[in-house]
Amino acid sequence: MAEAAAQSTGLASIAKDWSSDVTTFKGVPWGKAMMWIFLLSDTFIFGIFLTSYMTVRATTAEAWPNPSEVFSLTLFGTTVPLLLIAIMTFDLITSSGTMALAVNYGYRRDKKKAVIFMLATAFFGFVFVGMQAFEWYKLISEGVRPWGNPWGAAQFGSCFFMITGFHGLHVSAGVVYLSIISYRVWRGKYDDTNFEIVEITGLYWHFVDLVWVFIFAFFYLW
Amino acid sequence: MSSDVGQQHPLALYFWIWGLLFVISAGSYLIDFFQVGYDVGTMELRWALILVFMFLKAGYIVAVFMHLKWERLALIYALLLPPGVLMVLVGLMAWEADYTWLTRVVYFGAEVAPQPAPVEHVIH
Repeated sequence: MAEAAAQSTGLASIAKDWSSDVTTFKGVPWGKAMMWIFLLSDTFIFGIFLTSYMTVRATTAEAWPNPSEVFSLTLFGTTVPLLLIAIMTFDLITSSGTMALAVNYGYRRDKKKAVIFMLATAFFGFVFVGMQAFEWYKLISEGVRPWGNPWGAAQFGSCFFMITGFHGLHVSAGVVYLSIISYRVWRGKYDDTNFEIVEITGLYWHFVDLVWVFIFAFFYLW
Repeated sequence: MSSDVGQQHPLALYFWIWGLLFVISAGSYLIDFFQVGYDVGTMELRWALILVFMFLKAGYIVAVFMHLKWERLALIYALLLPPGVLMVLVGLMAWEADYTWLTRVVYFGAEVAPQPAPVEHVIH
């Protein structure tokens, strides 16, 4: 019964998988399915944040502060638009790459490399949070508050702190999560598994990067 | 290709996608670096470019790095269909935005400020 359902492909496989009265997601460990479902719920949280922000931005009669100018950095006398945010974006992409490598080495049962790349990922995540702390510090020093700012629509601050704060919280949690899991992998807790735990951790981490793609597009570039 | 031993793909694939993500991110950043849209005063091209790069990047992350490309359709649909419902919310909010804006301007006498104040990076 289960084998028959697993053999079908295409649209028919959806109905068969859901109605086969056994594991719905074939070949997916339960932890991975649960992580995906958690990430799906998180998608809604960030989706609603970004939708509310866009609604607020579209309906205010006041001008929206220009993010290109707000987040510019002056280096050696030249003002470069959005520089810090670009560096944060590349940092997060780098961490996604190291995470993908960790997952790959995990499935190859190369524990040492998997742990090293997980820790590298956590390091880049930590750097990201550091840069975000600097960004917050800079904006707060310049007078940005959840209820106002020197440049335009007051909602700019509340959207900024809410969205980037919630994302930063996810990155911070990811750094802790990666540290714990890499320690456990190192200690041999998962030696009798296929190391799918590394992929599950990776799913969370790639999701954090994924959310940043949307925040970068809608909050910083729009 | 989902098997009992998990997702196994050649390392080269990850390096290619990694490089591609850097190129796409650079593309998004260049939109702002060259001030696309601000230079001519109409934002349609800017918004279109932002969305193209955004969906490209998100797509590659989900498809390859998160391995969704190789999962069975039951999982793919379970994950991609529900967020599609968010589009209804986005559509409704966009639909209503003009109305809210007009109400604020016409009935509540909100002052329309076309330009934000220029940003000077002074620490207060």
